[in-house]
Amino acid sequence: MGAPAMSKTITIDGKNVPFSDGQTIMDAALAAGVYIPHLCHNPQFEPHGSCKLCVVSVNGRNMTSCTMPAAEDMVVANNTPELNSDRKALVQMLFVEGNHICPACEASGNCQLQAAAYYLDMLSPHYTHFYQPRAVDASHPEIFLDLNRCILCELCVRASREVDGKNVFGISGRGIGTRLVVNAASGRLGDTNFAATDKAAHVCPTGAILIKRQGYRIPIGQRTFDHKNISEVQMEPDHE
Amino acid sequence: MNEKRKIRLATCSLAGCFGCHMSLLDIDEKLFDLLGMVEFDRTPFTDIKRCGPCDIGIVEGGVSNAENVHVLKEFRKNCKVLVAIGACAITGGVPALRNNIDLWDCFQEVYLYEGGLEGNQIPNDPELPLPFDKVYPVYEVVKVDYFLPGCPPSADMIWKFLTDLIEGREPKLDYEMLRYD
Amino acid sequence: MEPHEFPQIEQQLAPVFERHGREAHWLLQILREAQEIFHFIPSAAITCIAAHLGVPRTRVEGVAGFYSFLSLKPVGEYRVLFSDNVTDQMQGNPELMRYFCHKLWLEPGKVSEDNLLSVDSTSCTGMCDQGPAALVNGWPLTNLDHERLDLIAELIRNRKPVCDWPSLLFEVKDNIRRSGILLGEPFESGTAIRATLARGSVATLMEMEASGLRGRGGAGFSVARKWSMCRVSPGEKHYIVCNADEGEPGTFKDRVLLNSYADLVCEGMTVGARIIGATKGFLYLRGEYCYLLHKLEQALAQRRVAGLLGRNILGETGFDFDIEIHLGAGAYICGEESALIESLEGKRGRPRNRPPFPVTHGYLDQPTVVDNVETLACAARIAAQGGEWFAAMGTAQSSGSKILSIAGDCARPGIYEYPFGVTLHEILDDCGAEDPYAVQVSGPSGILVSSKEFGRCISFEDLPTAGAFTVFKRGRDLLQIVQNFVHFFAHESCGFCTPCRVGTQLQKKIVDKIANGHGTAYDLEELKQLGHIMQTMSHCGLGHTAPNPVLDMLKKFPDAYQHKLKDLAFEPAFDLDGALETARNITGRDDAWAHLP
Repeated sequence: MGAPAMSKTITIDGKNVPFSDGQTIMDAALAAGVYIPHLCHNPQFEPHGSCKLCVVSVNGRNMTSCTMPAAEDMVVANNTPELNSDRKALVQMLFVEGNHICPACEASGNCQLQAAAYYLDMLSPHYTHFYQPRAVDASHPEIFLDLNRCILCELCVRASREVDGKNVFGISGRGIGTRLVVNAASGRLGDTNFAATDKAAHVCPTGAILIKRQGYRIPIGQRTFDHKNISEVQMEPDHE
Repeated sequence: MNEKRKIRLATCSLAGCFGCHMSLLDIDEKLFDLLGMVEFDRTPFTDIKRCGPCDIGIVEGGVSNAENVHVLKEFRKNCKVLVAIGACAITGGVPALRNNIDLWDCFQEVYLYEGGLEGNQIPNDPELPLPFDKVYPVYEVVKVDYFLPGCPPSADMIWKFLTDLIEGREPKLDYEMLRYD
Repeated sequence: MEPHEFPQIEQQLAPVFERHGREAHWLLQILREAQEIFHFIPSAAITCIAAHLGVPRTRVEGVAGFYSFLSLKPVGEYRVLFSDNVTDQMQGNPELMRYFCHKLWLEPGKVSEDNLLSVDSTSCTGMCDQGPAALVNGWPLTNLDHERLDLIAELIRNRKPVCDWPSLLFEVKDNIRRSGILLGEPFESGTAIRATLARGSVATLMEMEASGLRGRGGAGFSVARKWSMCRVSPGEKHYIVCNADEGEPGTFKDRVLLNSYADLVCEGMTVGARIIGATKGFLYLRGEYCYLLHKLEQALAQRRVAGLLGRNILGETGFDFDIEIHLGAGAYICGEESALIESLEGKRGRPRNRPPFPVTHGYLDQPTVVDNVETLACAARIAAQGGEWFAAMGTAQSSGSKILSIAGDCARPGIYEYPFGVTLHEILDDCGAEDPYAVQVSGPSGILVSSKEFGRCISFEDLPTAGAFTVFKRGRDLLQIVQNFVHFFAHESCGFCTPCRVGTQLQKKIVDKIANGHGTAYDLEELKQLGHIMQTMSHCGLGHTAPNPVLDMLKKFPDAYQHKLKDLAFEPAFDLDGALETARNITGRDDAWAHLP
């Protein structure tokens, strides 16, 4: 028999979104051109579920869309004022947790954290700043590691493990002391086998991992998010 | 003749570079229009030393020392609406880069290094404002009513914001105007 | 400490490797033992262990950096940790800790210069009915007072091995004040297994169903459903895990079950194993109860001798099942079933993304049942006596009995077993509560109940509890109590998701601000908004319940905080005058302009 099966669908904000078995709500949404805000998600790696920006309301219950498998009869609310307000609060939390000083950051204009904040209309970080001392590591000849900007999305951890096969990065500590660590007894990036050609060197959504000597090359007005917002950029097919 | 009362506007720069004030002045000839709507109270332009009762207060720069707090409290007390303008006022900005450096190390570097100032001593005159251990955003010290992010926010942005506010509309910035750098 | 300071590290770790082999899921146990040898985990040990297990160095460092009882910095030959549970606090533990530190010229959190000892605080050690409590190198110290601390200080100064200290210092009593069908009835080992074999697994599962048994660890999930879902899940191996992490502050009933009813618990595990088809079971024992390890190993050994554990149990060919004990290392989050499984696999205790759930993909991705200690004890009774008898007791939705661990402002703290449906009035009467004002039911993640609600009852449909029942008398500073809870959650957050990692810290800052007299109405609104974010966006139950004590206090106990609020609409987020202290010291100034009001 050759009749194609009716594709299964969920609805997101009233729109019918098809999905196939094994896809998460996020997978299905992105494939259908529906934007769900996200920071730690990247379709090239296993979904993570830590930033919580992608939380949607499914049949009245909040769920993390990047890890939740899509299923029939799911009625998903995504672009609601309440969810966007909660997402803004999460971005504000990230801003006060780290030391994110945009005017002095090489990633400004190309930064997903900043772009998410713009998208969610964040005018100020609102909460009280933590001002935690965070490590800055320039020991590697080609890569600069500035943990002031790390949002613990673990994209570099996943990329280094799943794509580069190197396991350069890992996470240690607990609670607010959670921090990125590298695969060297000295604790220095320069003592690992990390290379500028690694996938992990190019997936950081903020300015925590930067290729040296590239900062400020792109003038204001020509940076990734200067004229396009994050929903447009992250929906582009070749988007990294 | 029934003249409409002019909006009183005060501005100051705490731990700021005055870049936001420069950006305000960048509205160029619209300054004339502005002067038709507002009267300046304490600002760097008018050189009035104390802020009196005002409708709008615009604060640039973060809170870095004791004197900043005195000025900020005066502004909050006297201004009906308080606006924090620029990255420094809103997040601490570039001066807040010193937050992870020990204050003692800062003082040593400036005053006690070899070949520095005559006498190599840390000044302690009572007139000098004492710095905080960290630079704080304005909203962590007083309640802020509006935020105008940017480094600096563009003149267009400041103009749109001010006219919205003065003409009684809730200020709204579109995507292209909202930036933190 | 540089790597060259440990030239013999391979040799020193050899016996540890000998015991545990090369499987990565023993990592936590290996690190615990490394900590015992070196009094911390040196960088060289991390490198060595990583090489031995064939895992990235970051993996080992990540686990060593997660658990409270593991330390990457030296913590001294003697590590004394004072419990900061609210009952210990009410009994004066903070003052006792200060007294002890003062006596030994120590600062809390810092190791002494000769690396002899360090003193710090730790989350509830499960000794709430015999506090003030502490741990010394993992061993529980109870009923502390100045006299005992003087003695302990002497013993440490003289470098007496902890195993030679007077046993009175470590005395832990069961304090069973009221028993019922679980604790009060005699039990003959093997009866439940025999009954299960006689009527068959399916029939026994039906008895579980008939009994209405729901999980006793707090979640209250139907045991019959969990076991049958696991039973039919495809997988190479099935596992049953006994959750003995009992980390919820104020809970100590599993400690008593493990101390005096270990047989009953193992029996329940074995019955469960038979039903779900498991050949291996784990008992995940919280690090604070490591003093029970030897006794539990002995109980297991005895059961093996009696043919109740191991191969061909009770002569039934092919019925193979054995139990392995894994120790925790100080992490409340490991009481959450998926985080517990991660810990069993030798990883950081980070709750998993669900679905899939442990019953289909648990330990090593295999179908796994995780049950609380008390649940398994109940299961054993039900397997032996049938389900109807159990269902006859309790309420419509909560069958059977519940063990409560009662402590706080009451004359008779200890273990009380009640049928579900018992009212708070009755409980408070029985335990001798002195002018009770509030009760924290089920620990900080539970419900703070006011005297207006003392007519309510313990049940899943009304006031559910895993067991913790903390009584507060009139006059107690409820704000201080809520502050204690809020600090606890901030300390125990695993750090994975944004709302909990950052939210619990923000909540702590604001509650501290109010407690210090700098709170305003604005701060109350902030707490409500933070509470909403944590409740709706968090990854797991810790984040979801962390705002509970605060929101309960705001709603039910306005007297606790309103008098502390300032009349102003807004107070600065930090101490303005305090923030000038460093500069005052540097410049040597103290004039009027060097201060802020």
